[in-house]
Amino acid sequence: MMRKCCASLLALLATSNAAADWALNMPRGVTELSAETYYLHMQVFYWCVAIGVVVFGAMIYSIFAHRKSKGAEPAQFSHSMTAEVVWTVIPVIILLIMAVPAAETLIKLEDSRQPDLTIVATGYQWKWHYEYQGEDLSFYSTLARDSAAARMLGSGIDPFSVENYLLDVDNPLVVPRGAKIRLLLTSNDVIHSWWMPDFAIKKDAIPGFINEAWFRPDVVGTYRGQCAELCGMDHGFMPIVVEVIQENEWQAWLDNAKENRSQYANAGGAR
Amino acid sequence: MSEHDHHDDHGPAKGIKRWLYATNHKDIGTMYLVFSLAMFMIGGFMALIIRTELFSPGLQFINPAFFNQMTTMHALIMVFGAVMPAFVGLANWMIPLMIGAPDMALPRMNNWSFWILPVAFSLLLSTLFMPGGAPASGWTMYPPLVLQTGDAFPFLIFSVHLMGLSSIMGAINVIVTIINMRAPDMLLLRMPMFVWTWLITAYLLIAVMPVLAGAVTMLLTDQFFGTSFFLAAGGGDPVMFQHIFWFFGHPEVYIMILPAFGVVSEIIPTFSRKPLFGHDSMVYAASSIAFLSFIVWAHHMFTVGMPLSGQLFFMFATMLIAVPTGVKVFNWTATMWRGAMTFETPMLFSLAFLFLFTIGGLSGLMLAIVPSDIQYHDSYFVVAHFHYVLVPGAIFGIQAAVYYWLPKWSGHMYNEKLGKLHFWLSAVFVNVTFFPMHFLGLAGMPRRIPDYSTQFANFNSVASIGAIGFGLSQLLFIYIIWLSVRKQGAQATSEVWDNPKGLEWTVPSPAPYHTFERPPEVTTDKAFT
Repeated sequence: MMRKCCASLLALLATSNAAADWALNMPRGVTELSAETYYLHMQVFYWCVAIGVVVFGAMIYSIFAHRKSKGAEPAQFSHSMTAEVVWTVIPVIILLIMAVPAAETLIKLEDSRQPDLTIVATGYQWKWHYEYQGEDLSFYSTLARDSAAARMLGSGIDPFSVENYLLDVDNPLVVPRGAKIRLLLTSNDVIHSWWMPDFAIKKDAIPGFINEAWFRPDVVGTYRGQCAELCGMDHGFMPIVVEVIQENEWQAWLDNAKENRSQYANAGGAR
Repeated sequence: MSEHDHHDDHGPAKGIKRWLYATNHKDIGTMYLVFSLAMFMIGGFMALIIRTELFSPGLQFINPAFFNQMTTMHALIMVFGAVMPAFVGLANWMIPLMIGAPDMALPRMNNWSFWILPVAFSLLLSTLFMPGGAPASGWTMYPPLVLQTGDAFPFLIFSVHLMGLSSIMGAINVIVTIINMRAPDMLLLRMPMFVWTWLITAYLLIAVMPVLAGAVTMLLTDQFFGTSFFLAAGGGDPVMFQHIFWFFGHPEVYIMILPAFGVVSEIIPTFSRKPLFGHDSMVYAASSIAFLSFIVWAHHMFTVGMPLSGQLFFMFATMLIAVPTGVKVFNWTATMWRGAMTFETPMLFSLAFLFLFTIGGLSGLMLAIVPSDIQYHDSYFVVAHFHYVLVPGAIFGIQAAVYYWLPKWSGHMYNEKLGKLHFWLSAVFVNVTFFPMHFLGLAGMPRRIPDYSTQFANFNSVASIGAIGFGLSQLLFIYIIWLSVRKQGAQATSEVWDNPKGLEWTVPSPAPYHTFERPPEVTTDKAFT
């Protein structure tokens, strides 16, 4: 087993597999608010880097310049009101600069009024159920079969051979591009959390409560996320997939989905 | 009483009775430290099981249920079994020596608060062998998930009760000792920073451990006695548990870091040969952190669906913590500034603490910003953040303290070469383990999952290699302590280091079984003002 692990590690390091990458940063996402969140994240990160450069710079300089082996004589100062005031006031100012845009974005995030489409997402151990409100359409969304087979202990299937391993479902949530989509989140058993990094949304699905979140996707495509709140044994195996389609294809997709409702029956099953 | 009167005249009892009936602060301190080291190894072993499974995608070794048991037990053991008892052990050993007291104020309660711990952890560890396995709902014990725990459930609750009981008694002892048993001229603002941070920590413990006890008791009655505190079906509220838990949990974070602040505030001046910069403002900063820790708890819960005003309040309050924390970091830097530094092992660990805790503090500031926190929350970014403040923060603080005071305890120097080797291995591997986790979290990997998608494979492999390296390096720590305790090392002088400040350096090394039977004179040379 160890040899297999080492071999797979070497393979990883040798080839720049498209699936296995060295991504360092948060995705910018495909909504206005995910981009705002990204910029907020970067802004605070740069502040942290600046603070780090100053503080670590002073420490490192001191470590190299003020060492006994270089014959440094210790100074004996131990107070400075000026210094204390300076390094209390400057951080407060920096914090105020950070707080304003953060509060502005937060206020927008919370404004889920006047949606174009409302979807109720219900968490189950361990799958999601989506209901398009007012459209008489609902279905379960569970881990895709190839992933489900490969993820079993000792399955012998190489995860790298499975496309979108653990991030694929049988029935993705489908939404039209450009529409304001409101999610109503709840749960049937324990607490789950609906996380879609590309929409900058993470909201808990809590039994007995209904939470709100919203997004307006700007780019057509398939987006993948996962349950983010520990919900038991198969917490790692209830992914979320959202397909964003063209506005003009939306009605056709909806009609087709309602007509072929039976295609949803096999997967996930009724509970 | 007559038995008590003679107590001071003789040395330690022989054999097991010395430990079972221990009332001497040094013996009890030693037991706490040894216990904590044992728990550190057990919890560390669990971490290695976790990292081995996460080395590559797919499930190779353990099933998801057992994986969740490992993450839960790793956290409970490290928080309540390793970090907290280690600090209580340091408090027992050092607070009487630092304030010039003959012993802790309540020696018999001291004995009890220690001996509860092995019982509590035997109960907790025994759940690994029960039907349904150990608790697997995370150390946060969120209902309704925690109510799905098997036979382990009541054992989990009862062991948490016992740990809380032990902590509360330990905290009472610390407070009573510090308030009542200081040497005559040891004024409050003259006390060493380690004593100060422990005094503040003890108040935090007394304030929040009963809250945790209340929360888990409500879980117990929900499970067995038909109440519905946290069950929506019965009119309860699962989120209320999170509010109560984090009202305990956030001060708990500072309970685990404030004594480490105290430790490095002792060590950095000694090896910089310069007094601690801004002693009083350090006291005020630590007190402000403690106060703020009570009004920021909901920043652990920005995704539960709080009102906008609540989110704004908790965001601003959390950002405010950066101010006193910054004051502490700046003061340590100013202490080193224009000093004459040498780099013995305790100083190396303190410097690593300074750098790496600051990284954890900066990622903490990032986490305070609600919109970005929504992305970070429950991802590996959070795992990276809290391991940066707990491993190179709390654990390095403890190890720095052990190297600093070990010669005082054993009477013999540790092996400096091995100590430095232990430091460099630990400092490198801790970063190899935890730094890549920032990237994993930002790329979208949730925490507490036994298996992951292939795009997360590279950094997980790196982190696993680091974890195994870090774990093995800690065996060296045990070996170094063993050598010093077995007197394999130079005889330590009473001062041990180069003119360190503090009353503990006025007694011989090893410290005699009974010290300061008469209160010492607190000369300005040894005082900290």
